[in-house]
Amino acid sequence: MKILVCISKTPDTTAKIAFKDNNTKFVAEGVQWIINPYDEWYALVRAIELKEKDPATILHLVCVGLPDADPVIRKALALGGDEAIRVNADSQDSYYIAAQIAAVAREGNYDLIFTGKETIDYNGASIGGMVSELLDLPFISLATKFELAGSLATVTREIEGGEQTEQVGLPLVVSCQKGMAEQRIPNMKGIMGARSRPLKVVEPVTADTLTSVVSFELPPAKAGVKLVSADNPAELVRLLHEEAKVF
Amino acid sequence: MSVLVFIDHSAGQIKKSSLEALCYGAALAASTGTTAEGILLGTVSQDLSELGCYGIGKIHQVASDTLNNLDARVFSTVLAEAVRSTGANIIVFSNNLSGKAIAPRLSARLKAGLVSGAIDLPQVANGFTVRKTVFSGKAFANVSIHTEIKIITLNQNAFPLTAGQGTAQVIPLDIKAAAPDVKTVSATQSSGQVPLTEAEIVVSGGRGLKGPENWGMVEELARVLGAATACSRPVADAHWRPHNEHVGQTGIAIAPNLYIAIGISGAIQHLAGVNRSKVIVVINQDPEAPFFKAADYGIVGDAFVVVPKIIEAVKQLKGVA
Ligand SMILES: Cc1cc2nc3c(=O)[nH]c(=O)nc-3n(C[C@H](O)[C@H](O)[C@H](O)COP(=O)(O)OP(=O)(O)OC[C@H]3O[C@@H](n4cnc5c(N)ncnc54)[C@H](O)[C@@H]3O)c2cc1C
Ligand SMILES: Nc1ncnc2c1ncn2[C@@H]1O[C@H](COP(=O)(O)O)[C@@H](O)[C@H]1O
Repeated sequence: MKILVCISKTPDTTAKIAFKDNNTKFVAEGVQWIINPYDEWYALVRAIELKEKDPATILHLVCVGLPDADPVIRKALALGGDEAIRVNADSQDSYYIAAQIAAVAREGNYDLIFTGKETIDYNGASIGGMVSELLDLPFISLATKFELAGSLATVTREIEGGEQTEQVGLPLVVSCQKGMAEQRIPNMKGIMGARSRPLKVVEPVTADTLTSVVSFELPPAKAGVKLVSADNPAELVRLLHEEAKVF
Repeated sequence: MSVLVFIDHSAGQIKKSSLEALCYGAALAASTGTTAEGILLGTVSQDLSELGCYGIGKIHQVASDTLNNLDARVFSTVLAEAVRSTGANIIVFSNNLSGKAIAPRLSARLKAGLVSGAIDLPQVANGFTVRKTVFSGKAFANVSIHTEIKIITLNQNAFPLTAGQGTAQVIPLDIKAAAPDVKTVSATQSSGQVPLTEAEIVVSGGRGLKGPENWGMVEELARVLGAATACSRPVADAHWRPHNEHVGQTGIAIAPNLYIAIGISGAIQHLAGVNRSKVIVVINQDPEAPFFKAADYGIVGDAFVVVPKIIEAVKQLKGVA
C-alpha cells in the first residue's frame, strides 16, 4: 500500500492580507507560513492513521514549491510520513501544479492520493480533481470519512444538506475535509525523526499554465455597525425588514 | 461558440445554485454576443423547457438513469463529449459540491483554464478575466484564462436569480456513459431543513450559548425566518452541533443575504467563512467582541434575553405562530 499526500504552504489563518506592486503581489513579509489546514488536519492525519493500522504502508508527501516551502514540509514530516518530495517550482495555476503532482504520482505508483479540500489562500478546490483526471483515476471530493478494506475504499462525502457513503476500488484520489481525522500536535520524537527522513527535491516536468492572476483587490470596508438597544430587539427586526430588506 | 451551463440536480430537483448559474450563463452570452445553452445529465421531474425563462435557448439532456448519481470520472467524460458536440467555448458550473468534483476534471481533460469561485461576470474587453474570492473571502483576485475553452464555477448566491419569459428547446444528446466507478451505499439528508450553502438566511450560534441544550432558540429563530442553522468551530468540535454546520476558514464558506451570529466572538478564522454575507447581524454581550467590526447591525446584550424577543417580533411581523 502506497499513499501520497499533497501538502501546500499557506499563510497563517490570522495573517494580514495585503498586496503590493500595483496590487499584483501578496505581501509575504512578516507572514507566518503553515501547512494548509485541510492538508494537515484531515489528509495527512488520516493517512498517518492508515499507516498506523497497517505499518507496511509507505507514506509519501508531495509539495510543489520553492525552497522556502521546506520548513513547512519538515513540519508535515514531523507529524508522519516516510519521505517528502518537493517539486522545485512555484505557480498559481492549478493545472500546472496538478501536472507536477501527477508526474510524481506516476513515478511512485501510489494506490491512494489524498489532497486537502482547498488551499485557504487560493481557494481553488481544484487540484485533486485535476490530478485524478490526469491519472484517469476515480475521484471523491470533500470526503468526511475514509475506511479501507483491502483495495476497497468506503468513503463518506458531503452532499447538499447531508452525507453520502460510497464504495470505490483503489487506486483513487480523495480530497479531504473536516470529519476525516482529528488535528494532532507533533511530538518530540516526530520532530527529531523528521530531520532524518528524506526530503527529495525534483525538477518540474514541462507543463502549460492555463490561467494567471492579473491583480488582487481588498473588499471595500464595512460602513460600520448600527447598534440597536438590547431593550428593543423589535427595532432590529424592523430595520432588517424595512431598511436592509432581507426578509 | 456558445456558453454551456451544467445543470445539477438531486432527487429529481434542479438545484437553485444551478438556476443561478443559468442566469449567469445567459448574461455572459448576452455580453459576448453568443447564446447560452444548458446541459443536464440524468433525469428530473421538471419540464426542462421551462428553463427557457432564465434566458436559455436550448437544453441538452443525456437522459440516462445511471447519470442520476454523481461519478466524477464518468461525468467529466460525458461532459467533454457534450462540449465537443455543442461547440461550446465557455462552460459554467455552480461552485457547489458537484461543480467542485467535476469542473477541475473537465478542465484537465479539455486542457481548458478554470476559474473556480467566480463572483462576477468576466471582463472581456481585453482578454478574459474573472473575479474570484481568494484568501477565504478576505480578498479578490482577477484571474485571466488563456485557453480557447474556458471554465468558470460560480459562487453560490453571488449572481441574482431572475426569471423572465421563454421556453427552451430540449435536445436529447446520445452520449454513452461508462459504468460508474463509485457505488453509493447510503445517503442521509437532514430533511425539512434548508441546506446551509443554499440558504438565504443563516442563524448561527457560538460558545456563548453555553451548551447544546440551549440551541432551541437558535432553531426556533431559524424556523420562523426560513433559515438554515450554523455554528462556530468549537461548538462543532465539542459535538454540540453536527460538524456539517461548522462555518469558517476550516468549515463551510457561505454567503447568505443575512447572517445572524449569536454568542460568537468573531475570530478571524470564523469571519473567513461568513464575510461574504450581504448583511451581518451580531448579538453578543461583550461590546468589545471583534465581530461587531464586521457587522452591519448589532445588539450588545445577553442572547438568552434578546433572542426570544427577536423571535416574537419576527412572528408578529410575519403573522406566524
Ligand atoms: C487554524 C485555525 C482554523 C480555525 N477555523 C475556524 C473555523 O473555520 N470556524 C470557526 O468558527 N473557528 C475557527 N477557528 C477557531 C477560532 O479561532 C475561534 O476560537 C472560534 O471561532 C471561537 O468560537 P466562538 O466565537 O463560538 O467562541 P468564543 O470565542 O469563546 O466566543 C464566545 C462569545 O460569546 C459571547 N457570549 C458569551 N455569553 C453570551 C451571552 N449570554 N449572550 C451573548 N453573547 C455571549 C462572548 O462575549 C464571546 O464573544 C480556527 C482556529 C484556528 C487556529
Ligand atoms: N503547491 C502544491 N503542492 C502540493 N499540493 C498542493 C499544492 N497546492 C495545492 N495542493 C493540494 O491540493 C489541494 C487543493 O488545492 P487548491 O485546488 O489549490 O485549492 C490542497 O489542499 C493540497 O492538498
